[in-house]
Amino acid sequence: MSAPLLELKGITRHFSAKRSLAEHILGAFGHASAQPKILRAVEGVDLEIRKGEVLGLVGESGCGKSTLARVATGILPPTAGSLAYAGRDVATLSRAQRLEYLLKVQMVFQDPYASLDPRMNVERIVGEALAVHKLAPRGDIAARVEKALTEVGLDPAYAKRYPHQFSGGQRQRIGIARALAVEPDLLVCDEPVSALDVSIQAQIVNLFLDIRAKRAMTYLFVSHDLGIVRHVSDRVAIMYLGRIVEIGPAQEVFSSPAHPYAAALIGAIPSLSRRKRSFEPIPGEMPSPLAPPSGCPFHPRCAHALPVCSERRPVLAPIAPGRQAACHLHAAEAAS
Amino acid sequence: MSTKKRDTALIEVRGLTTVFHAENGAWPAVQDVSFVLRPGEVLGLVGESGSGKSVTGFSLVGLIDPPGEIVAGEIRYGGEDLRTLAPERLRALRGDRIAMIFQDPLMTLNPVLTIGEQMAEAILEHHDESRSGALARAAQALARVGISSPDARLKQYPHELSGGMRQRVAIAIAMLNGPDLIIADEPTTALDVTIQNQILHEVQKLARESGTALLWITHDLAVIAELADRIAVMYSGYIVETGPVDAIIDRPRHPYTAGLLASAATHAQPGERLRQIDGMAPRIDSRPSGCPFRTRCDRASPACAGAMPPPQGDETHLFRCHNPLPAGGTP
Repeated sequence: MSAPLLELKGITRHFSAKRSLAEHILGAFGHASAQPKILRAVEGVDLEIRKGEVLGLVGESGCGKSTLARVATGILPPTAGSLAYAGRDVATLSRAQRLEYLLKVQMVFQDPYASLDPRMNVERIVGEALAVHKLAPRGDIAARVEKALTEVGLDPAYAKRYPHQFSGGQRQRIGIARALAVEPDLLVCDEPVSALDVSIQAQIVNLFLDIRAKRAMTYLFVSHDLGIVRHVSDRVAIMYLGRIVEIGPAQEVFSSPAHPYAAALIGAIPSLSRRKRSFEPIPGEMPSPLAPPSGCPFHPRCAHALPVCSERRPVLAPIAPGRQAACHLHAAEAAS
Repeated sequence: MSTKKRDTALIEVRGLTTVFHAENGAWPAVQDVSFVLRPGEVLGLVGESGSGKSVTGFSLVGLIDPPGEIVAGEIRYGGEDLRTLAPERLRALRGDRIAMIFQDPLMTLNPVLTIGEQMAEAILEHHDESRSGALARAAQALARVGISSPDARLKQYPHELSGGMRQRVAIAIAMLNGPDLIIADEPTTALDVTIQNQILHEVQKLARESGTALLWITHDLAVIAELADRIAVMYSGYIVETGPVDAIIDRPRHPYTAGLLASAATHAQPGERLRQIDGMAPRIDSRPSGCPFRTRCDRASPACAGAMPPPQGDETHLFRCHNPLPAGGTP
């Protein structure tokens, strides 16, 4: 097992929810409603991303996966917890070392329309970080941009064109070229194919696989498309309401999920081989991260809930080699 | 069970062609599209962006505004041609016998009315009923799509709900009057899989128990494999292949259908490259002559640059291709 490239320890990220107009007015007259509301996006997550692996991070809207990805890139500071990059605590890094960490961890965004500056041509978009951080002599930047564009399957002759002159799939390639230009070790991809057409999705997934093979790239691959995560990931972590509920080797987790939420989520993945399926919903709704339930966050919707589930929150514990789940059912099994 | 006859056509579309007028010509978004939908049947209309699948759905219910225009074809519904129907008669059908669900629920929802007001309006517009009766039915419909505390939701405005909740409200509105046909345009694309399951569970029940027919427009072949009875695959305005689910998924004849299926992640070993269709769909104003797929097709021959071939095959499984894949199994 290789050493962790990035290690997240006890990462918590809260946001304070905006107060409504009525609450502001009440506050101004001294009737402030106790505390400002806290949105608990991520709660005490431990996660390591090992060198050379593809770690899939899945969960439904609002589970905190994108927030966790942003914390991992250093864009978003955690409310609590620490990050270690290549074995060193990011908080203790010198200015120069911190810059190196920020450059070595690059992000690919979901929306190839919103994440490219429309007033810059492709050469400037892809070469900007190289120029700003003086990573390459000015005279070499054009050649580096050309190399990055070729690697992502774009004709370098397009370097002078602007983002609006490209299709969605081509723009996503530009976004990937921008990330690759600074020679990163880790690509954090947040829903990188969700906005693309089916036939284009396969092209971009293949590009990620090619980059992995050629550069031994490490990935944190965040998506709600479970079929694609299953295809690209070595390990997968499943989040629910700000916490990881199960983590382990992707093929094992997908073929025999242990946590009841993981099982429900994976069971819901549409498949070409099932016909005239009778769709069965999971009862209830995802609770608000403003007011998570007591005990296990999934217990109000869980068909297997025990009395203890509403009282004590289960911790992530080993259930098999390399696999962990946060569920009292498995703790009970292990004890008996 | 339904009393509606399940063997006769509910809606029959023949030769539908919808164009968009521009300075440099009239470009066909939908070309020579024909299909039949029977009561209780689910037809999946599958295609990528720009394939014409949404315009087909909009054309059926007369929601094509200039510069768009339906220039040819018939849309037979209950002995009438919807194309030539008086606008007020079409309005009476829409929202009652024929309902539409859009990808963006804000196309359905009025921002200045509460959920209860607009749901009651959707009922009272078409039926003689008391307001309290309509609100009670609205609350039931919300509960059916998995919305908790429906009575409280009726008093809320659309902006107070999350995106997934809004879409479920839009779907509840579509189901309110027990329509004969629901046209659903990518209704669950933006939703999470568990919410998608909830909605598919409800529409499936509606189709099975009330005999509502569904035209389910999507780019997601896996969802349609699980939900539909029949599939029609669109590319550049044409239905290039149509047939029963098993035939289309297991024994596709058109190279585009086969390519889409082969590119699915479930068809490859984990971590291996996916089979991809190179290139991208041509823009509406720069489609190649003849078969529009020929420039991306590995089976293309000189004949493909000629004319788009007419539908061929047996009665149920039709495809438009000069060089179809052999019958009897995926290559």
